Amino acid sequence: MTMLRLYLLVALAPLAGAVVVGLFGQRLGKSASHWLCILGVAVATVASFVVWRDVMAGHTFNGDVYTWLRSGDLRLTIGFLIDPLTATMMLVVTFVSLMVHVYTIGYMAEDPGYTRFFSYISLFTFSMLMLVMSNNVVQLFFGWEAVGLVSYLLIGFWYTRPTAIYANLKAFLVNRVGDFGFLLGIGLILAACGTLDYAQVFARAPGLATLAMAPWPGAEWALPTVICICLFIGAMGKSAQVPLHVWLPDSMEGPTPISALIHAATMVTAGIFMVARMSPLFELSDTALGFVTVVGATTALFMAFLGIVQNDIKRVDAYSTLSQLGYMTVALGVSAYSAAIFHLMTHAFFKALLFLGAGSVIMALHHEQDLRRMGGLRRYMPVTYWTAVAGSLALAGIPPFAGFFSKDAIIEAVHLSTVPGHGYAYFAVMAGVFVTAFYSFRLLFLAFHGDERFHAPEHGDGGAHGHGHHEPPKESPWVVTVPLVLLAIPSVLAGWLFVEPMLIGSYFGGSIVIRPEHPAMWDLKAEWHGVGAFIQHGVLSLPFWLALGGIVAAWYCYLVNPALPERLKRIAGPVYTLLDNKYYFDRFNDRFFAGGARRLGTFLSDVGDRTIIDGFFVNGTARVVGWASALLRHIQTGYIYHYAFTMIVGLFALLTWWIVR
Amino acid sequence: MPYLSLAIWVPIVAGIVVLAVGRDRDPGVARWIALFGALSGLLVTLPLWLHFDSGTSSMQFVEIADWVPRFDIHYFLGVDGISMLFVLLNSLMTLLVVWAGWEVIEKRVAQYMAAFLIQSGLINGAFAALDAILFYAFFEAMLIPMYLIIGVWGGPNRVYAAVKFFLYTLLGSLLMLVGFIYLYNVSETFSLLEWYQLPLSLGVQLLLFVAFFLSFAVKVPMWPVHTWLPDAHVEAPTGGSVILAAITLKIGAYGFIRFILPILPDASRYLSGFVITLSLVAVVYIGFVALMQSDMKKLIAYSSISHMGFVTLGLFLFSQLGVEGALVQMISHGFVSAAMFLCVGVMYDRMHSRLIEDYGGVVNTMPKFAAFMMLFAMANAGLPATSGFVGEFLVIVAAVKASFWLGFAAATTLILGSAYTLWMYKRVIFGEVANERVRQLADVTRREFWLLATLAALVLAMGVYPKPFIDVMHASVADLLAHVAQSKL
Repeated sequence: MTMLRLYLLVALAPLAGAVVVGLFGQRLGKSASHWLCILGVAVATVASFVVWRDVMAGHTFNGDVYTWLRSGDLRLTIGFLIDPLTATMMLVVTFVSLMVHVYTIGYMAEDPGYTRFFSYISLFTFSMLMLVMSNNVVQLFFGWEAVGLVSYLLIGFWYTRPTAIYANLKAFLVNRVGDFGFLLGIGLILAACGTLDYAQVFARAPGLATLAMAPWPGAEWALPTVICICLFIGAMGKSAQVPLHVWLPDSMEGPTPISALIHAATMVTAGIFMVARMSPLFELSDTALGFVTVVGATTALFMAFLGIVQNDIKRVDAYSTLSQLGYMTVALGVSAYSAAIFHLMTHAFFKALLFLGAGSVIMALHHEQDLRRMGGLRRYMPVTYWTAVAGSLALAGIPPFAGFFSKDAIIEAVHLSTVPGHGYAYFAVMAGVFVTAFYSFRLLFLAFHGDERFHAPEHGDGGAHGHGHHEPPKESPWVVTVPLVLLAIPSVLAGWLFVEPMLIGSYFGGSIVIRPEHPAMWDLKAEWHGVGAFIQHGVLSLPFWLALGGIVAAWYCYLVNPALPERLKRIAGPVYTLLDNKYYFDRFNDRFFAGGARRLGTFLSDVGDRTIIDGFFVNGTARVVGWASALLRHIQTGYIYHYAFTMIVGLFALLTWWIVR
Repeated sequence: MPYLSLAIWVPIVAGIVVLAVGRDRDPGVARWIALFGALSGLLVTLPLWLHFDSGTSSMQFVEIADWVPRFDIHYFLGVDGISMLFVLLNSLMTLLVVWAGWEVIEKRVAQYMAAFLIQSGLINGAFAALDAILFYAFFEAMLIPMYLIIGVWGGPNRVYAAVKFFLYTLLGSLLMLVGFIYLYNVSETFSLLEWYQLPLSLGVQLLLFVAFFLSFAVKVPMWPVHTWLPDAHVEAPTGGSVILAAITLKIGAYGFIRFILPILPDASRYLSGFVITLSLVAVVYIGFVALMQSDMKKLIAYSSISHMGFVTLGLFLFSQLGVEGALVQMISHGFVSAAMFLCVGVMYDRMHSRLIEDYGGVVNTMPKFAAFMMLFAMANAGLPATSGFVGEFLVIVAAVKASFWLGFAAATTLILGSAYTLWMYKRVIFGEVANERVRQLADVTRREFWLLATLAALVLAMGVYPKPFIDVMHASVADLLAHVAQSKL
């Protein structure tokens, strides 16, 4: 019972901050507002840590807080399942959120929507916590939609910008396409198991393995496959997997702190978390796992390519996030759930770090986001620079930085896997390593090394716009640099601290289920000879050299021979055009889906409603009635004897009918 | 205490008093009497909730008296776990509407208020009547105040809309009266409860089904007899739209529950595929139509049709989940559509336009209003933690349980519903201030604030904790399903 109070505290402390600041933020003023929100999240962070320690000591919890709804024999509850998977997520979410809260004091200092922003990010923290702490699918869906809502509000935070309000609508709708699948999956689970409580569903999961459904007469689909693909479509929306990835790059319209918190570290990993949570179901279907693997591999490689051609510092990070989410998804597909969560965790640290670092640069350059107008910043912003180096090394997967361990584990697991599509996936994640290293160091070199390009006046509008650029850039204030340093520490250390317990030991306990048919993690465990051996093996194997190669290639292209990229661009003509247009996904969606829906709507409205139903039937009936009554008017002569005669005839006819019948 | 009679007659008497006392020169008197009447109307319905026994499916608060003994017509009232909620919803909405019209209505205030009060009593009567003729009387009589509300206080094209509304709904209900008379001839009673036990052949059931279905489907409204609703909404004053969407449509669905399903179970089962198809057409077809509306009220009207499609879909799935989902959807739609129409009303009162293109960037000048409308838009899109989610979720899940493709079609509302609602929200609320008139908008007044806050609280309460709303229905819904399952052949 006391622990339940603690769990409630974790969830409700950020909510309290969000509600109070949301309602009274204007009256409370800036500093009271941000301290309230920070206090709420800090309490949640500390409590999460206590919970994590408690779970590590073996105390898991599964219980309800209240019954949300009862209908028939279905009982839906709000409750908590606190196990190692949840506790890890709670720690990651609250810690990154706390860092972002503090950082926001600096980043949003001059924004008129300051208190609103704090209210939103605290609300986000609450929603995300409800999502990960849930003990049933409905509450998961609650949190799922709530984080989507806050994401919508935050992408459109600067609501006067046309691009921002376009991006947030797009994000919401694309996510809803995913939710469409997710909800069908939930419905199928309920139909098959009669409950939505995790523990009960998982207990009944083995019995589902042999069930099938007939989508149309004659066809037969394995039920677990349909359920899992439906659920995974939800994950594809939230975790931005191809082809539902299109919203994430545009979400960079939101302020940078939330790009770090929501669109890199936490919310977008909800899909990964969900699949890991549902591992007992996904394990039942090789088809679904193969689907997951292929989608993840495609995202991992092809989104990484796009990172190379972006010039907006945040968009490079956005495509990098997409690609890394792809890595996590591949891990899920090859049943390496623990590796996926491990990468989720390390990625949360180093990608939040990279985004916040990008934000620090953007601030120093007065909201300049174009890499072509940066350069040489390392002299002016040492803290930002060195933390960005740590983050980039972690992202590129150089030992002993955190990303190395998690990424290498994923690559190993793909290598050992037998799931359909693992060959393609192995190629994709391997090639992705080179590309990842290349784009992350391209960013680093373009922003922090080389010539100082930020003095150059913008061509076209002369010096009128460039007045802020004359003073040299300054390092950001402590509220910005301290979170950077605090995030850099786990970006360096989390890998070797957690690799052994998370992947090899029994860290996750019963929260993740892997069937013996999926050998990847079992084999990985069998081959394990300690952290030192893992690093040693890593340094001697291909991914490490690919990563190094990527870094060297970036160094050569952007520092040694800066004319080369332009030449490559020309040589690769059509390929570059394809990448520059992001494989034409946006254009296709705009024309086909958005345009198609608008055309269909216009057609149904004009032709269906106005012409056929209203024009033909309704007004047509009215016209027929009018015409008929014009005829009948001839009968209404007004002469009594006409009426009397008609009445008598009528009466006579009625009586005749009555008698003859 | 005859609570149901009070629920019917307190507002009607209050309405008559308002008519008698109200003077055009001094509208304040009429307003205060109307407010007092509406408040008393709500207060007398509260005992229905407080003293309700949710353990039983039999009718409660029953009142019975002779009316026309010659034809065995009774003044027979009673509510179960289904109708009780709508009596409350109606009385609450009446209060909100009277309050909403406070400063807005300047022309014929007394008549306006009286129309709503009298209508409220009549609607309560329709929900509480257990005698078919009594029901029919209330059902037809409540058309008249709404006809006047649209025709007198409506927009420029109000006469076309009012006549269309009246004819459309009247045409349907005449067939229903024929059905009632047939049933009387067979059973020699007008008591609904006895009709529930009446054996009927499938052929007769099917004919009666057509008669009843037409009258109720027009009210819901179901595709393709829905086109009166957008016109009626566009021309109606805000209060009229609120009652129309929140209550009047519910009478149609209530008719399915009270008449069609239990009296004609075999026909209902026989034709369930037909009704489900129409419902899904409503969800999908109307979803696309709503997307392209340029008039906000029309858009919300179409969204209402789509949401009511969920109600009829849920009812004809014949499962506890589906029916309770449908009922929750009805109540939730009462809150949400009322709130959406009030929001449009708030803007209309300032700008005298309902066209989306005349707006843009309203959030800059009306931030509080924008926040409220965001909540209601999300509820309209069926976001969890709002009431809009609960019904949709239950119905979709029940549909998937029945058949995957049913659920598939129903779940498209997740995409369509958010597309039309949020696209409208984006164009109206977000963006740079679009024009001078938007720049001069003033944020919500205190009255508007509390009006919207009341609905916001209800929307959130029902989303976060729907259990109390649903618990009162269980017994009655189980009983209804038992009737549907039992053949009368």
